[in-house]
Amino acid sequence: MRRFEERAIELVHAGHIFGGIHPYIGQEAVAAGTCAALRADDLITSTHRGHGHVLAKGADPARMMAEIAGRSTGLNAGRGGSMHAADFGIGILGANAIVGAAAPIATGAAWAARCAGSDRVVVTYFGDGAVSQGVVLETFNMAALWRAPVVFVCENNGFATTTRTADAVAGSITGRAEAFGIPAERVDGRDAEEVFAATSRAVARARREEGPTLLECVTYRFDAHHTWEHAARPRYRTAEEVQLGSSIDPLDIQGARIDPDLRARIDADIEALLEEAVRFALESPHPDPATALDHLYADGTTARAGAI
Amino acid sequence: MTILSYLKALNRAISDEMARDEAVCVFGEDVRVAVTNVTAGLVKRFGDGRVLDMPISEQAFTGIATGAAMAGRRPVIEYQIPALLFIAFEQIVNQAHKFSLMTGGQTHVPVTYLIPSSGSRDGWAGQHSDHPYSLFAHVGVKTVVPATPADAYGLLVTAIRDDDPVVVFAPAGAMGRRQDVDLAQLAPVPLGLGRIHRPGTDVTVVAVGHLVHTALEVAEELADTIDVEVFDPRSLHPFDWQGLAESLERTGRLVVIDDSNRSCGIGGEILATAAEQMRLVAPPKRITRPDGAVLPFAEGLDRALQPSREQLRHAIQAVAKTGSAR
Repeated sequence: MRRFEERAIELVHAGHIFGGIHPYIGQEAVAAGTCAALRADDLITSTHRGHGHVLAKGADPARMMAEIAGRSTGLNAGRGGSMHAADFGIGILGANAIVGAAAPIATGAAWAARCAGSDRVVVTYFGDGAVSQGVVLETFNMAALWRAPVVFVCENNGFATTTRTADAVAGSITGRAEAFGIPAERVDGRDAEEVFAATSRAVARARREEGPTLLECVTYRFDAHHTWEHAARPRYRTAEEVQLGSSIDPLDIQGARIDPDLRARIDADIEALLEEAVRFALESPHPDPATALDHLYADGTTARAGAI
Repeated sequence: MTILSYLKALNRAISDEMARDEAVCVFGEDVRVAVTNVTAGLVKRFGDGRVLDMPISEQAFTGIATGAAMAGRRPVIEYQIPALLFIAFEQIVNQAHKFSLMTGGQTHVPVTYLIPSSGSRDGWAGQHSDHPYSLFAHVGVKTVVPATPADAYGLLVTAIRDDDPVVVFAPAGAMGRRQDVDLAQLAPVPLGLGRIHRPGTDVTVVAVGHLVHTALEVAEELADTIDVEVFDPRSLHPFDWQGLAESLERTGRLVVIDDSNRSCGIGGEILATAAEQMRLVAPPKRITRPDGAVLPFAEGLDRALQPSREQLRHAIQAVAKTGSAR
């Protein structure tokens, strides 16, 4: 995830990625820890800062890179981009660019899965900004009433774009879920194994049909809200604060648990994989503009011409 | 033959589809006791696992329907009042409608959004009287407005079977309609296919929803002097542009009557398309609610803002007199 995004940011700056990205750098332990607790047939919904979730759930890095570079070989054939990456074949029901909007979608999928007799679990990610969205609180109510097999994962990275959590969230994040009778746990979102353990408990609960859980994963976004910040440089946190926040790095925490030789081999494998991903993305064709409205309707209904 | 009411037609369509396809389920507020009568008898027949009463949480349950649809169900959501669509707009327009394209066709969202008694109901005032079909046509969500019981049945069945999100507006002004039908002849009605209720040679009146009946009445009143063709598009998106073009080939004159607000309403789109692409021998006219209208409570004020028979009659007469000879 870290190296994927570092390469993606290079591609943004080189002009290969149109529109920029929302970097996940610093938050990787949340995606790694949660997805490691899921089965291959479990489902997730993601956010506009979704690269980590999508990769951790198993998406092909090459097709993911092609997607955010807007190529026809991308996961969504270049129709979704960074904020909407989806791979239904491996249970990724789409990254969502409206804060909080995926919580009910995940809950509906969880309800339908249980109705179909499956014990699949759905993890839905959102940030600290989403806990002030009415639809998320409405969804807590319904998920609790229905004991839906869903795990709400709040990534509290300290900022909703530039607004500090303390300036936007009255009370506590866990308290919001507890008000609906949903067990909630605040975990260190920079420690992948702590996240894994908490998610495993929540997933087991969901599979036993005991209902939803909220995990508040406390983390820190090292990089910008969006790569436009690299040029615009809005001032909402000091360099000292970023340095302090970034001094606890989830990669260091997990890396220290891995044998150095093994880690070196993993790092080398990752480099080779990403080299290939970037090559694949940049060599892939751009979608044909004549197909810009393909997939708008399931039955192939065609839209009338607009600009003529 | 049997007398079929518009309300019963909606009920029958949902019931038939639930019997045909186990994936079909009903979400809504007070649907189990069926306060609107649209869902009467469904919980008894299909159980409370398929007919689900929802809390007052329109955004959440509309989004839940999207997720359920992506996981194989075909939810039909009943909204008791049209204004609830404004609350659920984000989840319909920005989520359900966009998923197919955004995912490159990986998923589809077969949800039906049913609004019985859309538009003005007597004395329901500002927040219960909108008829927001033009908004959905504008953003590209499949949008249907049936005028008759048989069309209400046929279009709702088609909406439920459709793999895309479809909004079905059942106008309050049509809910009391009854029709003598052979129940065995009830059948799905395709989206995007209009219907000529009354052929004519002088003026085409495009009427939406309950206003089809107003148009037919006015056409009869004028029958001695003007031969009016009444065209009901039935679905506003997709729209039967071909059918309208053929009608205007015959008449060359156009009046649209549409119970939504004037600016950016479907009536304006029909006029613009006809002016750009079809045969017109006289300037067309449209009858709509005023720009930005909010229906006031008092009866006379409510009626004053809705398209009326008198306005339609005058528009037809004016259009029939103007323009070049055909």
